[in-house]
Amino acid sequence: MTDAPGLHGQSMRQRSAADLRRENLHIMWRTLTLAWHAYAKDKAAVGALIFMIIVVLIAIFAPYISPHDPTEAVGTRGGLPGTDGLLLGGDMDGRDMLSRLFWGGRVSLLIGVVPTVAATFIAVVLGLFAGYIGGWADQVVMRILDVFFAFPLVLLAIVIAGILDPGVATLILSITVALVPYIARLVRTTTVSVKQEPYIEAARAGGATTPTILTRYILPNMLAPVIVYSTTLIGLMMVVGSGLSFLGLGIQPPDADWGTMVSDGRAVLKRAPHATAFPGFVIVIVSLAFSFIGDGLRDALDPRARVR
Amino acid sequence: MSDITTGGAGRGANGGEGPLLSVEGLVKHFKLDPKGLFDAPPILRAVDGVDFDVMRGETLGLVGESGCGKSTTARLVLRLIEPTAGSVTLDDVDVLACSKKELLALRREMQIVFQDPLSSLNPRMSVGNQIAEPLRFHGIGDKVDRFDRAREFLEVVGLSSDYYDRLPHEFSGGQNQRVAIARALILRPKLLILDEPVSALDVSIRAQILRLLIDLQGRFQLTYVFISHDLSVVKRFCNRTAVLYLGRIVEIAESESLYREPLHPYSQALISAIPEANPDGPRADSLGGLEGDVPSPISPPTGCPFHTRCPHRMPECSERTPVLKEVKPGHQVACFLH
Repeated sequence: MTDAPGLHGQSMRQRSAADLRRENLHIMWRTLTLAWHAYAKDKAAVGALIFMIIVVLIAIFAPYISPHDPTEAVGTRGGLPGTDGLLLGGDMDGRDMLSRLFWGGRVSLLIGVVPTVAATFIAVVLGLFAGYIGGWADQVVMRILDVFFAFPLVLLAIVIAGILDPGVATLILSITVALVPYIARLVRTTTVSVKQEPYIEAARAGGATTPTILTRYILPNMLAPVIVYSTTLIGLMMVVGSGLSFLGLGIQPPDADWGTMVSDGRAVLKRAPHATAFPGFVIVIVSLAFSFIGDGLRDALDPRARVR
Repeated sequence: MSDITTGGAGRGANGGEGPLLSVEGLVKHFKLDPKGLFDAPPILRAVDGVDFDVMRGETLGLVGESGCGKSTTARLVLRLIEPTAGSVTLDDVDVLACSKKELLALRREMQIVFQDPLSSLNPRMSVGNQIAEPLRFHGIGDKVDRFDRAREFLEVVGLSSDYYDRLPHEFSGGQNQRVAIARALILRPKLLILDEPVSALDVSIRAQILRLLIDLQGRFQLTYVFISHDLSVVKRFCNRTAVLYLGRIVEIAESESLYREPLHPYSQALISAIPEANPDGPRADSLGGLEGDVPSPISPPTGCPFHTRCPHRMPECSERTPVLKEVKPGHQVACFLH
């Protein structure tokens, strides 16, 4: 056992800054590997992650890998898969389905991911504030969010789109605004329950200030369920964005996301069901993948689920 | 660097005269949610006038049934919650009057160890970093100093410094309680409040932790306030013992004297209920044959709070509240019988 510090006047500086860096790197590395092991135990989550990496790569490299221009008619209207040399056939205007799916993924992923991430940031700030301060702050913030709750998402988007021009930016903005109350509620509830944990009181007894308690104690312990929830929302938001585009508030033709491709396919549903089925199928699979990833994250972010 | 090494001994205005901690007339009334919209909020009298002194280097036990205000008293002394009335003086500094900045400085002098070791540690922070956290809060030393000091304190509490990067859930309850003790000690406090530190642990681990606490007390010149409902532990561990009932101290004395000859009827009942390691002896089914339960602290009895259950109650017990008075040197009791 070492000598009691302070009793011998001088404390020895036994370890160097390099040791500390090594230790911190080690802690970080260990945390990451343990988290990955917990995630990897869920095979569906691993499969979903690999699938999503492929989907994202396709979306990024769409201009290079698309066989045709997605806005140009290259085949017969509603051509079935295989006709005109098109692997997935043509849509109602004879445009290449495969290329449109590649390009549509860019928009669909954008309106799924960006509003969810943005809304999560805003909701974390609002929910932490309301949940930690409590009292009047809680009442003011949550009642204002309740008002937004009362508006249907589409109505809210119509208002915002009426002020701004329709387009991807409007779509992202309106989905963000509509999403904040849902996530903020979860953040607030989790904050209130974490706030009552004995380790918060222990930190305060040790001399922690409110900003320290919020950032080092409450935030890391509150974030896990929020991240899981937000991840599963991404798939849903892709569908919501498509609905808004259908109403003419979002993506403008001839550009497309997967949702507008589904609704465009309606016109030729009987003659060319593939024009609706392919994008619909992609939406389902991608939404499912996000939800599997959310499940995997739930385990990865829980320190108790990590085993050595 | 020098900031660390001058911790603990030598700080504070008063070197060794008088009590380290002095608590006078401490009161905490919690306002509860009213039943109806227009009802007055019911008031829970958690602590209802508590006085005690703790001498330097001694261990004072606070005992009583659950809900008698032991833990609330601990939180009030540390000013983790604000009292309704009363005063707390640590080393001649008024804890309740000081500003936020002064309070931060005072937190270096008094620390607490909680009952449940696992939940009193951040589940997502390595135990080493948690031990170092109080140094961070107070801006003591640089990162390397804090890292060194945390590893040192892991060994002070009998853990390997290689455990620095472990998370609390990888440890047993006893190991986590050692971590919590190290975290409380790293600021070199003078006063350590132990709020049921072994109640959540296995019986086999309890003795180890108590042994460690006794070692540390000698090594770091610590003063302990030991809160427990386990009277047999308090008997062995504490120099003096205070018995609480419904937010008041009913008896306070040297442990040896209290256990040999308890004067308050409640203390007598508590002490007679300590289970003996003798299967043929009398069974301690109820609390020393006391009738009834502890009255609610929302509507405590008038007069002596214990009169509703007291086998020796007299007419005046329900009318006037007895105050603590010294009946023998160092032995105070709040009862009209004495």
